[in-house]
Amino acid sequence: MDKSLIRGEAARLLGFFQEQGAQVVEADILQPAGTLLDLYGEDIRARAYVTHDPVQGEVMMRPDFTVPVVQMHMAEGAEPARYTYMGEVFRAQDDITNRAPEQFQVGYEVFDREAPVEADAEVFALVKDVLAPLNLRAATGDLGLLLAAVRGLKTTERRKAALERHIWRPRRFRALLDRFAGRAPLPEGREALLAKDDPMKVDAPQIGLRSPSEITTRIETLREDTAADPISVGEVELLDDLLALRETTGNVLEHLRDIAVDMPAIADAVDRMERRTEALAKRGVDVENLDFEGSYGRTSMEYYDGFVFGFYAETRPDLQPVATGGRYDALTRVLGHQNGERRDIPAIGGVIRPELTLLLGASS
Amino acid sequence: MTVKLGVPSKGRLMEKTFDWFGARGVELARTGSDREYAAAVRGVEGVELVLLSAGEIPRELAAGRIHLGVTGTDLVREKLPSWSDKVTELAPMGFGHADLIIAVPKCWVDVNTLDDLDAVAAQFRANHGFRLRIATKYHRLIRDHLRDHGVADYQLVDSQGATEGTVKNETAEAIADITSTGETLRANHLKILGGGPVHKSQATLFKSRKAHWSDEERTTLKTLTTTLGIAG
Repeated sequence: MDKSLIRGEAARLLGFFQEQGAQVVEADILQPAGTLLDLYGEDIRARAYVTHDPVQGEVMMRPDFTVPVVQMHMAEGAEPARYTYMGEVFRAQDDITNRAPEQFQVGYEVFDREAPVEADAEVFALVKDVLAPLNLRAATGDLGLLLAAVRGLKTTERRKAALERHIWRPRRFRALLDRFAGRAPLPEGREALLAKDDPMKVDAPQIGLRSPSEITTRIETLREDTAADPISVGEVELLDDLLALRETTGNVLEHLRDIAVDMPAIADAVDRMERRTEALAKRGVDVENLDFEGSYGRTSMEYYDGFVFGFYAETRPDLQPVATGGRYDALTRVLGHQNGERRDIPAIGGVIRPELTLLLGASS
Repeated sequence: MTVKLGVPSKGRLMEKTFDWFGARGVELARTGSDREYAAAVRGVEGVELVLLSAGEIPRELAAGRIHLGVTGTDLVREKLPSWSDKVTELAPMGFGHADLIIAVPKCWVDVNTLDDLDAVAAQFRANHGFRLRIATKYHRLIRDHLRDHGVADYQLVDSQGATEGTVKNETAEAIADITSTGETLRANHLKILGGGPVHKSQATLFKSRKAHWSDEERTTLKTLTTTLGIAG
């Protein structure tokens, strides 16, 4: 598609968010690779273009705007703040996907610690409004429910931390949950290790940076873990219920209230969801028919930890979502701590792909 | 036009490749002086031998500059994204066996599996302030493997040689490399993680899906595969 057309469409969308009071911001195309790697892990290297700068060292062509916009906000932003931006993001694609490695995005991000629920509703409703002519299907989820459920499990803090760390990796999460629930065997060699009188005894010198005290500490941890009671069948079933939810928002709240009776830890998150639903309704969203999925957003971006959403063209399942977004307080926390910032910066945002709005607009 | 067959240009891999073809009635031989990279094929008409570095054969196959090539399955998977769109495996050749493995210091008595490695990576990052380093030259294969198994908080550091020494030198905490006997690992006080190798490699005859195959070249391929006794 002609890039000037896409740019024009991006400018139209940007103008919409600007009219809603957002400040237009720019971001560098070349981003320091270290920050992104520390945040997203080694996987981002496979998806991003990494190149070398003689002074900065490894740099990446921005794979998203979120990180630079958050950094800019942390450095100089006053709260509450509303930003909008447009430009290319660069994602290396395996050649089978046929997706363009450089794509325009238009984004809208809100930093507002006073009224997070209203901010959730605002971002969703604005994206929905600007996409209204395209008749897209919206899907929503709330990772805050899952996080609250994990934090409320009646088990050791270490197990909860391990599960929380892998919330965004469903297979690993499941494997850990099965093991902590006593449904899967211990990893190979663990029992033999713990049965030894002196597990540290080994016919090999100490090499590498990981110290003997780190190894003994972990063995103690493994002992504690083996001694701990398994997570109950009831709790695992409740988690499974939560993850398997696929209903309209209207129906799901009732279902969640039922789950919260047995799992009071999610009560606050359910309250928040209810307030968000009211805020969405106030903005004219048909919440009775808004799809909700318990697992939605778990794999799309690490650090989404609250309300998440996406807009899809039902007639074109081959296309990427036209828009996606969500709350990412966990990302600002990690990024903030990397920069020595100790306070949390609640943030929610969404991005639209103008190439797809053009494509669908032309065919509708 | 001729069918171009790329084979490794030196060492045991070249000799074994020549032996493999020879045992099946296709004689490959170097011609000219020892240093000249020229070779000939006898036994099948219309096949031209191209001597290449084994590491370049995947790229040449993917670019369609050679029709057939002999190289390790590890190199094809490492160097070619969506490799199966670009090349087809015609025949495993039964030599050049090597396992791509992940190894950690033997003194890490608490680490036997990827599950352990993942837990240790989280602990290591918290204690040391950076992601646990794995030295390797097999970036794609290792990254894919660790992603599939949900390992986080690690980083790959490039090591093109003497990889087993990086742990002792404290430039990495673990390594990923190919091994056939494991002796170098043992000598460097490393042990292989359980759960099987990341990839079991061997020398393999590949066919390019990107090369231009004329009718004449297809006929030559058919004759060659029939002589070799393999499926075309």
